Amino acid sequence: MIEFWVIFTGLLVGITCGIAGVFLILRKMSMIADAISHTVLFGIVMAFIVTQTLNGFWLLIGAAVAGILTAYLVQLLHSSGIQEDASIGVVFTSLFATGVLLITLFASNVHLDVEHVLMGEIAFVPWDQWTFISITMPKAVWMLLLVLFINIGFLLLFFKEMKLATFDAVYAASIGVPIIFLHYVFMTSISFTTVAAFDSVGAILVVAMLIGPAATANLISKTIKQMFLWSMFYGGASAIIGYYLAKLWDTSIAGMMATAVGILFVVTVFAQKFVNHKRKMIVRKLESL
Amino acid sequence: MLSGNLLWVMLGTMLLGTAAGITGTFSFLQKQSLVGDAAAHAALPGIAIAFLLTGQKDLPILIVGAAITSALSVYCIQWIVAFSKIKADAAIGLVLTVFFGIGVVFLTVVNHSPLGNQSGLNDFIFGKAATMTKVDLAWLFISATIIIIVSLLFYKEWKLLIFDPVYARGIGLPVEALKAILTVLIVLTIVTGIQSVGVILMSALLIIPAVSARLWTIKLSSMLILSAAIGGISGMLGTFISSMRTGLSTGPIIVLVASSIFFISYLISPAGRLNKYLRKIQFRKQGEVG
Amino acid sequence: MYALTVENLSVAYDKKIVLENANVTVPTGRLVAIIGPNGAGKSTFLKAILNQLPNKVGKIEILGKLFDPKSLVVGYVPQRNAVDWDFPTNALDIVLMGRYGHTGLFKRPSKQDKQLAMEALESVGMQEFAERSIGQLSGGQQQRVFLARALAQNATIYFLDEPFAGVDAATEKTIIDILKSLKAQGKSIFVVHHDLQTVKEYFDYTILLNKTILASGVTEDVFTPQQLQKTYGGKLFMMQETLGANNIC
Repeated sequence: MIEFWVIFTGLLVGITCGIAGVFLILRKMSMIADAISHTVLFGIVMAFIVTQTLNGFWLLIGAAVAGILTAYLVQLLHSSGIQEDASIGVVFTSLFATGVLLITLFASNVHLDVEHVLMGEIAFVPWDQWTFISITMPKAVWMLLLVLFINIGFLLLFFKEMKLATFDAVYAASIGVPIIFLHYVFMTSISFTTVAAFDSVGAILVVAMLIGPAATANLISKTIKQMFLWSMFYGGASAIIGYYLAKLWDTSIAGMMATAVGILFVVTVFAQKFVNHKRKMIVRKLESL
Repeated sequence: MLSGNLLWVMLGTMLLGTAAGITGTFSFLQKQSLVGDAAAHAALPGIAIAFLLTGQKDLPILIVGAAITSALSVYCIQWIVAFSKIKADAAIGLVLTVFFGIGVVFLTVVNHSPLGNQSGLNDFIFGKAATMTKVDLAWLFISATIIIIVSLLFYKEWKLLIFDPVYARGIGLPVEALKAILTVLIVLTIVTGIQSVGVILMSALLIIPAVSARLWTIKLSSMLILSAAIGGISGMLGTFISSMRTGLSTGPIIVLVASSIFFISYLISPAGRLNKYLRKIQFRKQGEVG
Repeated sequence: MYALTVENLSVAYDKKIVLENANVTVPTGRLVAIIGPNGAGKSTFLKAILNQLPNKVGKIEILGKLFDPKSLVVGYVPQRNAVDWDFPTNALDIVLMGRYGHTGLFKRPSKQDKQLAMEALESVGMQEFAERSIGQLSGGQQQRVFLARALAQNATIYFLDEPFAGVDAATEKTIIDILKSLKAQGKSIFVVHHDLQTVKEYFDYTILLNKTILASGVTEDVFTPQQLQKTYGGKLFMMQETLGANNIC
């Protein structure tokens, strides 16, 4: 039963991040996701300092605020003429350093273990349970389901606007699509996703799940809908493969899941090249007949 | 008063900041600031694997391991962008997290082994500047010197490479070799710096001084000097400030000193916010009158 | 009513003043060329009209009113290289995006929307490519898809940014025929154009732009050697040949 929850949590992380990652890739915002995964530390610490609790709900809010703040600051610097990659670099390193400093100053005695935040510990997930309307499940699962629900809701509401705003922002603005609003709502959903996956795989490895499956899906998808499906598949597959390999070699589950993301990506790249090569050979053979 | 040990650490972090300021400027100008971030994270697997293969915690061996995976990550990023439809941002993020994940896997194996050091990850992320030894300092000094000398040596070529790559190729400069040397320098900076300030903060030193310098000047030579100075000052001042109270990690304070310098530059430099605002007001006044 | 009214428009990008004191009024129902040398500020002019620039002074009115995106009155066709054509979708989907303003937030495009999108594709001769991935389209085909998108939107006034750049002759003919038929319907069309040889043939109205608007009016009156000399300055050595063929004086 314990193992079931661990696997299920991993699966949820893979699927939720897979969905969120699609527009991340298409909007070329992978590194902002990386930035947010670091700055949520700052958000969590601030939430703790303000509320003096480690309540998951407030941490979620703190993370969301940090996510929006990150996106806003990057935009601010970028519109001042600083190139985007440098803007991202300045913002996330500064906020992360601030977060670390705040921990040592105000929260050093609390179990706000940085290692845990960055790497998570999925094996502990089944032990921390919540009961809600008489259903008892691990807290991590509740949070992930909530975020999955939010992400899907966001998509159902704004799919076509996000699609247009991503493909051609200037045209979108010219017909009244609220591109700035969409940008920040999307960044918020990324922040939520990051925090929900904390307990299980940690902040840094969430980014692997956000970027990897969607990037791999991008290689082989001809439509966005296909990209969502493939991304969810790759996310889930990475989680399961990662879990079993980690068990096999007695090593970090989160680390192995990120490794699996990489393996699936490389396999897909080569498989695609191989298939394309074979296609070309067949076409050439047919043409020479 | 300043203790002897503190002075050594200050000197070490100053050298590190200077080196990072220089190599970071070259990365910045090639729009590859975040590649340094990926390379820094990618050092982890190298360190862990080096330890597993050799069973030794000797610094040089670990550094070699770190350098190999770090350099490998840079080439993986270039390879992905060149050979697939994946764009640079996703390539960097993917390589960063996958390499780091692999690093965590091997580090866990290390921690489970009888020789393992339990505090491995924390040290890697935050560094342990406070416990810098004379040997560490020697490495820093050598690295910094190498970096400065090589930068002076290849200054003209790199300048051309960055600002006019087509012309550089046209006159027969060995572009790939030059880029490779630059990558080597960046990796060198990263692997020597990681021990003192850790991964994430190493990225900060590679990025923040360079961006700050850019706000004050567009001349490459001035940018390099200013960036090196900002990096060096951040190192020294950060170390000094963190020594004033027990329990403060040196790394974050160094970064925050650098961030503060950036913030000030952002506000009052010629390209900064205040001047932009003044120019905007002036422009609007003219518009109303004319 | 005027299609476009610009009063004392100035735009600055931080230290550089890109447009200074531009003034023009253009009546409705014209096919207007906006021409000028590279870097003259033509794209900036378009962006200012679309209200995409925060740092501008002056007044711009489209069909007598300030620009309101929700009115869907303005159909914008950007430069081809303004987007990433690797985006995973097909031609019909792009054209359908032109209907999003009419569909409204939270709703799916209707059957009628899809019908209109298909018709727009047909009018640019791209109906066979409806299901084709946009990454596989040629430059001319991409340009036609962009035009179809604006047509599907059913705008009253169109702004196109270099629609003829790098397209094949057949595409160019298709596009200019459509623009002329739009004009016949009474719509107003503004085109940032780069090919001086075709100005007289395509456009009945011309705006000469180089950091400011140097002249505007009926093409015959405005497209003269003297005005072109003023607009293009020293870059005019190739103009003599162009004008030689067309010059009546």
